[in-house]
Amino acid sequence: MNMTKTAVEQEIERRGYAHPEALVTTEWVQNHLASSGIRVIESNEDTLLYGSGHVPGAVHVDWTADLNDPVRRDYIGPQAFSALMSRIGVTPETTVIFYGDKNNWWACYALWVFEMFGHTRAKVMDGGRLKWQQEGRPLTREVPRPAPSTYQAPGRDDRTNRAFRDDVLRFADAQGQLVDVRSPEEYSGERLHMADYPNEGALRGGHIPGARSIPWARAANPLDGTFKTADELRRIYVDEHRLRPDMETIAYCRIGERSSHTWFVLKYLLGFERVRNYDGSWTEWGNLVGVPVERTFEGQAR
Amino acid sequence: MESTETHEAPPRLPGRLPEILETLSLASDPMMRGEMLLDYAARFREVPPEVARRPFPPVNRVPACESDAYVWAVLQPDCTLKLHFAVESPSGVSAKALAAILDRALSGLPPDAVAAVTPDIVPEIFRANISMGKGMGLMSMVRAVQTVARQAAAFEATGAPLPAVFPRAR
Repeated sequence: MNMTKTAVEQEIERRGYAHPEALVTTEWVQNHLASSGIRVIESNEDTLLYGSGHVPGAVHVDWTADLNDPVRRDYIGPQAFSALMSRIGVTPETTVIFYGDKNNWWACYALWVFEMFGHTRAKVMDGGRLKWQQEGRPLTREVPRPAPSTYQAPGRDDRTNRAFRDDVLRFADAQGQLVDVRSPEEYSGERLHMADYPNEGALRGGHIPGARSIPWARAANPLDGTFKTADELRRIYVDEHRLRPDMETIAYCRIGERSSHTWFVLKYLLGFERVRNYDGSWTEWGNLVGVPVERTFEGQAR
Repeated sequence: MESTETHEAPPRLPGRLPEILETLSLASDPMMRGEMLLDYAARFREVPPEVARRPFPPVNRVPACESDAYVWAVLQPDCTLKLHFAVESPSGVSAKALAAILDRALSGLPPDAVAAVTPDIVPEIFRANISMGKGMGLMSMVRAVQTVARQAAAFEATGAPLPAVFPRAR
């Protein structure tokens, strides 16, 4: 095996991340499309997007149909996860590479769900679908049919990377390090939902008391959706907002997708020691009876 | 006690929507339906420059649609409407599919017939190929079509000046 690091691997390493192995470039992915032990997975908001053309050999994992329980608001269990992994031909030894639309929101979300089932051989393709297309890399509509694998998920770990509302209540009471990654208008209570997104049912606007407003998008380069360098990220999260990497952190947004992006940034790119994602997020908190809400906008919420 | 509730027949879908929905219903699984919807997306044609050019006017922008969609209704000499759309997000495949379906189904109808379209068609069209958030954005596209069609119908009825949102056929 050639142990010399290639130029594309060095490109990620030069950015100074705490865990550079969690990220790969589009070029690295194109160079490894035929490699065994790797499965590329596309995860999007728009479920038709994969079918319109995808990275050759990539399989589709849909955040709604594949990762969420079809009835209650929760994720699938170990049995369904094992069946999913078998269907997409992933074994416990397979390294999965996630990419998708919307600056890799759903790629990071899928990686976060995979980690709950102990599948930590996972990376994100920097820049996602947008960068792949911008660079004119190949897309195909041919859907791969991997041979079913044998996969036995050990169970679902809901404690390490996931926070529930009671955890967040205690955490907020103790003035823990909370990060609200939504837009400033959602944070202030001016909006009940993202601009140009429908209101998915939050009755109250504002934020969890004590949460710092650091919109997820500050971590991404707007032109190609890649992550900013470690120095740039540190300036935002540590210098400007005084987050301490040695302290436990909980991130939240609207339904947990944007905060998965920030969770990935804090955990893998900046090396924060314990980061959890509150997937109930504002669609839960903004509807809970009796929980504290801080609101800085004084007009009528939209 | 006798029920006083009246049961009305569901409103008839305008234009070619019944046949389009019937064709989509032939898909045996979400993947096949997805393929059919992608065929529609491939048929999508952006608003021609004689109707609108970038930057598109905010008045034509569909509210609450993350695909950054725009809608125009051009009143034809025969008093029917021709619908046009733009979808600015490169990821807006579902929005393009819906735009192509609405154009195919409703263009060529009089304004009041176009205005009879309702957002209920979105879940009928997309079924499992849609998330809740995305579905609500697409419903907003249908509401935008309803709105421009109602405005065009009102213009026809009153003879009021045609708002700038409606370019006339040239």
